[in-house]
Amino acid sequence: MAAGQNVRMNELAITVIGRDRPGIVADVAEALARLGANLTDSTMTRLRGHFAMTLICVGPAAADVEAALAPLAADGQLLATVRAVTPDGATESAGEPYVLAVHGADRMGIVAAMTRVLADAGGNVTDLSTRLTGSLYVVVAEVELPLGSSDEVAGRLARTAAELGVGVSLRPADTDLL
Amino acid sequence: MTADYAGLGGWTPEALGLAGEVLTVVSAPDPVLSRPGPEVDPKSDEVVRLAADLIATMRVSPGCVGLAAPQVGVSAQVFAVNVTGHPKAVTVHGVFALCNARVVEASRWKAGREGCMSVPDLTGDVKRASRLVVEGRLPGSGEPVRLVTDGFEARALQHEIDHCAGLLFLDRVAGAHAVYQRKVYL
Repeated sequence: MAAGQNVRMNELAITVIGRDRPGIVADVAEALARLGANLTDSTMTRLRGHFAMTLICVGPAAADVEAALAPLAADGQLLATVRAVTPDGATESAGEPYVLAVHGADRMGIVAAMTRVLADAGGNVTDLSTRLTGSLYVVVAEVELPLGSSDEVAGRLARTAAELGVGVSLRPADTDLL
Repeated sequence: MTADYAGLGGWTPEALGLAGEVLTVVSAPDPVLSRPGPEVDPKSDEVVRLAADLIATMRVSPGCVGLAAPQVGVSAQVFAVNVTGHPKAVTVHGVFALCNARVVEASRWKAGREGCMSVPDLTGDVKRASRLVVEGRLPGSGEPVRLVTDGFEARALQHEIDHCAGLLFLDRVAGAHAVYQRKVYL
């Protein structure tokens, strides 16, 4: 199916999360394939022993997908949600891409405080992951910042990080093409 | 005394005149790892002992190719490196320690996976120069040296110089999906 044909079809946002085991991706993907659902963008990853899938697919009606995923969730080990969404095409880049890294002793509110600084500056987080290992908490975020704002944002991030007692760095994302 | 600008001039750890003690390696989030270390007097007894201790600690740590002063709890611009025998190493200067080291030329940037004794559970993809010129001073004699290196030794040097500046590889990871867990939570 050509990408251009997708825009007029049903677009669904689907999440599946549960205790990790072999075969979750295969089970969910098979259920979707049987309905003729075309899986477009997705992330699927293990988070501390739980497996989390977030995906967009096009094709079938939401009710049909819910019914197809219901048997997988029947034993209570997986939770699946399906929601129809409005296809609005590719979002335009808001500015310059940067990578934010934060690391330090785990405490409440690190992600909240740091992402609030970005949001207040008009920055848009496009990808973010966190890891807790022992007492070390690590946040890495990809963010688009308004043109020319990075120095000021870096200063604000440094002040907020100092208040939280964590380290922070903000660097231009590597956009080299091979 | 003539400065050797082509390399280490035959320097070996024996030049320090003491064996060094194995120290405890600290882990993130210890704040010493995020603090820029001050420059040191490479001729001072304290720095000579620190360099010997770093080399001794590096030698007993399996897989360790470099160790910087902040990793043993000392905020200072001193580190040890030894990539001898590493399969990714090309140019190898053996076992050495440097004080107040600076990158003066860096080129041919390449991505690679890095770990760190002070971040034992994570690795990350970091872009580093694979051609590198570093200037610093030898502990003990205080002689200035200029090291020209490449590949894995270049990566190790940049990692250690970062430690001395209060930076971890986590500060340079390529993106949100460039940090990897070593432990499996199942």
